Amino acid sequence: MADSSHGAPGTSVTVATPGRELDQFENPGLPPHRPRLSDRSRSAEKRAERQVALLFLISILGTLLFFVGYFFIPLNETVERLRLQNLLLGLGTAFAMLGIGVGIVHWAKTLMPDHEVTESRHEIRPESDRQDAEKIVNDILDESGIKRRPLIRNTLLGAAILAPLPAIAIFRDLGPLPGNSLKQTMWDTGVRLTRDPSGTPILASDVTVGSAFHVIPEGLNEVENKLEEKAKAVVLLMRLDPEELNPSPGRENWGYDGIVAYSKICTHVGCPVALYEQQTHHLLCPCHQSTFDLEQECKVIFGPAARPLPQLPIEVDDEGYLVASSDFQEPVGPSFWERG
Amino acid sequence: MSSSTATPTYVPKTRVGKVTDYVDSRVGGSGIVKEFGRKIFPDHWTFMFGEVALYTFVILLISGTFLTFFYDPSMAETHYEGSYLPLRGVEMSVAYASSLDISFDVRGGLFMRQIHHWAALLFVASVAVHMLRVFFTGAFRRPREFNWVVGCILLILSLAAGFTGYSLPDDLLSGNGLRIIDGVMKAIPVVGTYLSFFLFGGEFPGTMIIGRLYVLHILLIPAVILLLIGIHLFMVVLHKHSQFPGPGRTNTNVVGYPVGPVYAAKAGGFFFIVFGVLAAIAAAFTINPIWNYGPYDPSPVSAGTQPDWYIGWVDGALRLMPGTIGNFDFEFMIPFPWGVNALSLNVLIPALVPAMIVFTLMFAWPWIEAWVTKDKREHHLLNRPRNAPTRTAIGVAGVTFYCVLWAAASSDLIATHFLVSLNDVTYWLRFLVFFGPVLAFMVARRIALALQRKDREIALHGRETGRIVRLPHGEFIEVHEQVDDYKRYQLVAFESPEVMVPTPGADGKVSLLDKAHGRISRFFFEDRVAPVTPKELAASHGDHHDEVAGAKDRESIASH
Repeated sequence: MADSSHGAPGTSVTVATPGRELDQFENPGLPPHRPRLSDRSRSAEKRAERQVALLFLISILGTLLFFVGYFFIPLNETVERLRLQNLLLGLGTAFAMLGIGVGIVHWAKTLMPDHEVTESRHEIRPESDRQDAEKIVNDILDESGIKRRPLIRNTLLGAAILAPLPAIAIFRDLGPLPGNSLKQTMWDTGVRLTRDPSGTPILASDVTVGSAFHVIPEGLNEVENKLEEKAKAVVLLMRLDPEELNPSPGRENWGYDGIVAYSKICTHVGCPVALYEQQTHHLLCPCHQSTFDLEQECKVIFGPAARPLPQLPIEVDDEGYLVASSDFQEPVGPSFWERG
Repeated sequence: MSSSTATPTYVPKTRVGKVTDYVDSRVGGSGIVKEFGRKIFPDHWTFMFGEVALYTFVILLISGTFLTFFYDPSMAETHYEGSYLPLRGVEMSVAYASSLDISFDVRGGLFMRQIHHWAALLFVASVAVHMLRVFFTGAFRRPREFNWVVGCILLILSLAAGFTGYSLPDDLLSGNGLRIIDGVMKAIPVVGTYLSFFLFGGEFPGTMIIGRLYVLHILLIPAVILLLIGIHLFMVVLHKHSQFPGPGRTNTNVVGYPVGPVYAAKAGGFFFIVFGVLAAIAAAFTINPIWNYGPYDPSPVSAGTQPDWYIGWVDGALRLMPGTIGNFDFEFMIPFPWGVNALSLNVLIPALVPAMIVFTLMFAWPWIEAWVTKDKREHHLLNRPRNAPTRTAIGVAGVTFYCVLWAAASSDLIATHFLVSLNDVTYWLRFLVFFGPVLAFMVARRIALALQRKDREIALHGRETGRIVRLPHGEFIEVHEQVDDYKRYQLVAFESPEVMVPTPGADGKVSLLDKAHGRISRFFFEDRVAPVTPKELAASHGDHHDEVAGAKDRESIASH
């Protein structure tokens, strides 16, 4: 099966195209074997042997280094100590593994035979096998009678199509139906705007021109499904010179003396729009760089978002705190089919 | 006692013989040893990428199993009480707390987390590079088409494994990644909102997702990967490994080293090398320092974040897509009798279309190429990429398309590092995503053809020695040295298909499909370089004075 045919001529690689003369180089066969240093010199062979053994020794030392790191570097409360231990464990493992790996490969390359060997390929599918297999399959089909009895075949087909359906339906309880949940948030008439994450209310007089607040609705920290509510209700509060705001008809009193509140959830795919460029009055989403212009009611001026950030109508209560006038007038966050 | 079988004829003499005989007489291993003990594997450095993929997968299983012993996939709320001071008392999920504990309170835990993460990155990378090797060398051709498809599925599964694992620590970074997945999912028409609610068990983020991803990550996906690796390797054995053309190598043989001992030693040793390199990386380079990010909270986000590299191209596509062009809006409000529905093409197109194009072409490529070349023969000899210029150029175009999208995932970092406008970076990348692949195609094809011409030159005239010689009549020439037969064979052993002109069928007409085939065939093979033939070589020796003169000069120089 395997013959080492160094220097012997082989067969040509390419297949002749019909009707054209085969004008190709003959395959000259495997080039003659070139002896390695360790094949020719006894001392080189010995040296290679010692090198391999040295590499295995390095591996042993690496394992010891691992144990030094594991047992003699106690972790304390600093990250530095953790880093040191991680370094020793890692380097120890690296030496242990590389010593073995490089050692074995060096062994194979210098001391094991490096004669290339030729083996012939076999047919993937001998023709006789194919005919036998075909006959077997036909016999099986005939004996089962599935071709002759369409009633059985068709009812089985019907059953086989229906039977997996329960396996799909049973996953129905993976989650509740969306219902109206994506269209409502915790905001409502009179709900105070509070600081994120402390939950302290915000006086309108505390919001100076040019400042920005990360805002959550009052009581958010106490609700049970806090993260889900927060994922819809977070708001950015900013104060601009009222001259710079250009509210559209019907939205003139959604802000208070230049203070405006917009949903912080990007209308693209829902990242928090966390960057406020104070000078240009742009809001930038750090995930995909959608840019919204506060002076145009958070219209998209750049990036992949297609809708403006929804505005939260706000006013001031008797004690001077900022409160919502109502919930958002449209669903917040990324679009969804039923958004309407 | 009652022995109905014939008395054994084989009596082991050595200790090894006794042990193997004990096993063999019970499970019959000698057939396996006979089949595989000296099986021949061709050797080439590019064949190692698949090995890297296999070995990183083993390392992932080992390190991952360790991590499961300490990780708790619960999203229940807890207050962190571990060693890391800055987060002590902070409200977080049990999953995040246990990830911190693995890092700070389990000795070697951080090392295992880091090696697991690095191995995951290398796993996807080696699968991808292995597939590029198979593509550029034409190893997907008959009879290996199905194995190529198995490889494509493995690539998708490795992406799935990576992403499900990425989310498990439940930190701020991975939470925002999930948020993006949620946003993309909701953009799917009709069923999107339901899919999202079913996956998250209600509204985002809910309390179910981490546990569900965990089961996918540690059970379902690795099980399917393992199964497909089995099928993949089975087919490799069945087909025998392909090999590069060269002296002694033909389409009907395999030239290489026997499994025992050389190949097994090299491949086995290579496992330890991959492990060692990963350990060194995990020792020295921090990856995913989750303690810096904090627990997931829908309000904060860090700027300049990057997904793991293999998700980058999808994230980049999301960034490049404009929401509106001029007054044209990519989000449509479609009125139906029951109300208005929203169709967010600004999310759907980038999230699905590039991936669909790339994966469709990838899966179908063996059949596309077979249709173009009308070549249904078995191929066990690989192509050097230059010898299939159009295929190589198409591959390079695909890689360019991928890389532009991947670069787009770092558009903000490109802008901040090179002090350029973020918007300009985006505009440029939008341009490049369309024209970059075209440009890359043209350049790559020209380079491949030029390399082929260079090969012809060397096969005909030999290599340049760099020795300039002045002839007696004053002419300067460079001495060329003929290559030996083996080297020359390496340069001429390839096929160069020619354009197939459509021929009329039985009715005397050329069908539209044949016409299209003719055009595509022209596109593929119009520019071609044929291998040197013996006749050409003989001719070049006859009328060429370079070598002759060179040889004369060499003699004259030597005689001085």
